[in-house]
Amino acid sequence: MTDGTTTGFFDSVDEVTDRLAAAGYLASTAVATTVFLADRLGKPLLVEGPAGVGKTELAKAVAEVAGARLIRLQCYEGVDEARALYEWNHAKQLLRITAGRDEGWEQARTDIFSEEFLLPRPLLTAIRGSEPTVLLIDETDKADVEVEGLLLEVLSDFQVTVPELGTITAERRPFVVLTSNATRELSEALRRRCLFLHLDFPDQELEQRIVRLRVPGLEAALAESVVKVVAALRAMELRKLPSVAETIDWARTLLALGAGSLDDALVRATLGVLLKHQEDITRAAGKLTLS
Amino acid sequence: MTTQPGLTQRLTSFVHALRANGLRVGPSETVDAAAVAEVLGLAHRERLREGLAAALLRGERQRAVFDATFDLYFPLRVGAFPLREGEPEPGAAPAADAEQLRERLAAALAAGDQARLAQLAGEAVGLLGQYGSTPGSDGYSAAQTLDRLRPEILLARVLAALREGRPAPDFTDRLTADEIRRRIQEFRGMVGTEARRRVAELRGTDRIARRAVAPTIDQIDFLYAGRDQLAELRKAVRPLSRKLATRLAARRRRASHGEIDLRRTLRRSLSTGGVPLRPAYRHRRPQRPELVLLCDVSGSVAGFADFTMLLVQALKSEFSRVRVFGFVNRMAEVTDLVGRDPGSTAERILTTAQVMGYHSNSDYGTALGEFADRHLDAVGPRTSVLVLGDARNNHRDPNLAALRAIALRARRVFWLNPEPPDLWTTGDSAALRYASVVEMHPCRNARQLGTLIERLLPV
Repeated sequence: MTDGTTTGFFDSVDEVTDRLAAAGYLASTAVATTVFLADRLGKPLLVEGPAGVGKTELAKAVAEVAGARLIRLQCYEGVDEARALYEWNHAKQLLRITAGRDEGWEQARTDIFSEEFLLPRPLLTAIRGSEPTVLLIDETDKADVEVEGLLLEVLSDFQVTVPELGTITAERRPFVVLTSNATRELSEALRRRCLFLHLDFPDQELEQRIVRLRVPGLEAALAESVVKVVAALRAMELRKLPSVAETIDWARTLLALGAGSLDDALVRATLGVLLKHQEDITRAAGKLTLS
Repeated sequence: MTTQPGLTQRLTSFVHALRANGLRVGPSETVDAAAVAEVLGLAHRERLREGLAAALLRGERQRAVFDATFDLYFPLRVGAFPLREGEPEPGAAPAADAEQLRERLAAALAAGDQARLAQLAGEAVGLLGQYGSTPGSDGYSAAQTLDRLRPEILLARVLAALREGRPAPDFTDRLTADEIRRRIQEFRGMVGTEARRRVAELRGTDRIARRAVAPTIDQIDFLYAGRDQLAELRKAVRPLSRKLATRLAARRRRASHGEIDLRRTLRRSLSTGGVPLRPAYRHRRPQRPELVLLCDVSGSVAGFADFTMLLVQALKSEFSRVRVFGFVNRMAEVTDLVGRDPGSTAERILTTAQVMGYHSNSDYGTALGEFADRHLDAVGPRTSVLVLGDARNNHRDPNLAALRAIALRARRVFWLNPEPPDLWTTGDSAALRYASVVEMHPCRNARQLGTLIERLLPV
């Protein structure tokens, strides 16, 4: 059903799981369920969780299986309306004004505030498009509070008002994914507009499947050991816990080294692939009782 | 609506129970939850759990409360467990029951089979957890179940079973014990859930839901937090500090975003034929404030001090200089001791720094006096001073003059007190007297600490 309020990419939770898996994204129950709900209820999906668990990947995977174009708004400190929504091409406008010196003001005004001088940014692009779209608003927590206000307006009605052009409403709702590392608390109002998904490190069984999918040459037994060690590291008090991306890197490293099983020397030599701080490495080596 | 009539009722009671446990759930969320239930149906319990969580939750910290409440309102099953054939009747011979259960539990733990563990938790509560016989005084106790079952003693058995039949020891063997310990801990949680569910059936879900579910982490009182909760609190504080840093930076940037620099704008416009395409702004160079912390690190408020220092450590980048002083009854600089390894900060300070004199009771007056005498040069007109402590002075001289001297030199002084204001007048608390000199704020949990630091600290 596509009555404009749903994106209509999927028909069931199982279908989400299967199609994402076919695209190389193994989804947990939580992920598959919330993706299906976001699709069916036409609500933005706010994905929070530690870095490297696949928040951005999720948006990309959904876009891929739905055959939708992916529009990405990368947030950072200082991103503003002009970067997120649209801006007028001032330079071009000035050139237009200087080129037509003898025309009247009225004429010039209608001219320079027309489509031709509009620079659509990600949010406007996503709303104006008529093809299936996934809008990824990445690292929303990095943006300032004002941008959140802007997002509120855009995400609740899926419309944008450009004073000179009028209100533009989405013909076809984009599937919206917002990601956040929780460096800053997002506003209650924004959270209320969204479905919330906390994406955490996968459980061991799922992570093993992910590793074997991404690093096909790795033996099953070694993959199991790899995931066990990573799980043990995540249970420690470390500054930066290893993410899924790092598990995969480690698995690749071990494969490249031709390792058949783990031993002290091997783990010690490759721990740097998993951990990014010297003090973490020291601490982990101690806790793992590496000789 | 195609939802079953009973479901709407249950959803609303569920939402009410969540609210009673401190979660902010508005009507629009309830409507979303109903839509979720309608779309998903009731066939898959875990999907319904995740779906409702997506609609009702606004942060991961609320998840534990949500899960516990969900288990009560959408129980896995109703009534007692069907006992298997050939198993003894409940109550016949508890000792034999327990041993037989343990046997199966060991196997399930070794396999890490969640479904079997949940099933066993149910059976265990039914067999071992029942107390009382008259309606009204009877019930099910998780503590009693675990006491009789003692799942911890299975560790060695499970490890032996896992090692058996394997030719060579593997690297991951050394991790197995911790892994099994985690599974046992999880099983204990399952027993708790099951006992709550059974009691809820006897007494009515709503009453139990209000009483038996623990508060969310950021509302746990600093002074009464247990060890497990402390570890959780630490996790809650860490993102908080990052968050504050971002916000402070943003505020400062906005403050510095100012007037147009005419001269630079004109110079820039030369390249575009005199048309000022890119205006240049004059940025004020931000002054980084300094921060001095005076922390009571005595046993009674050690947990509190730990967290605040964790936060301060993270805020170091925002302040040009952070200096931390610790005291019990003597004042010592502990800046170098705060850092690297969070968690045991207070402990390390107690063992290595000169914060204690000839006795181990807090003495704010002497400590403040010592600071005013020896370390006052740490405080200047750009310095914000935070005093952290419960102001329980053991009836000694509060030495208000010393605090006044510090306040005179500093830009601002705040006192954060982990006790609620109605205790400030009781016993040996000198809180009100100190509060007459500097601003004092109650600060009892991670949430309050976050709000306070954000509001108080200068940009």
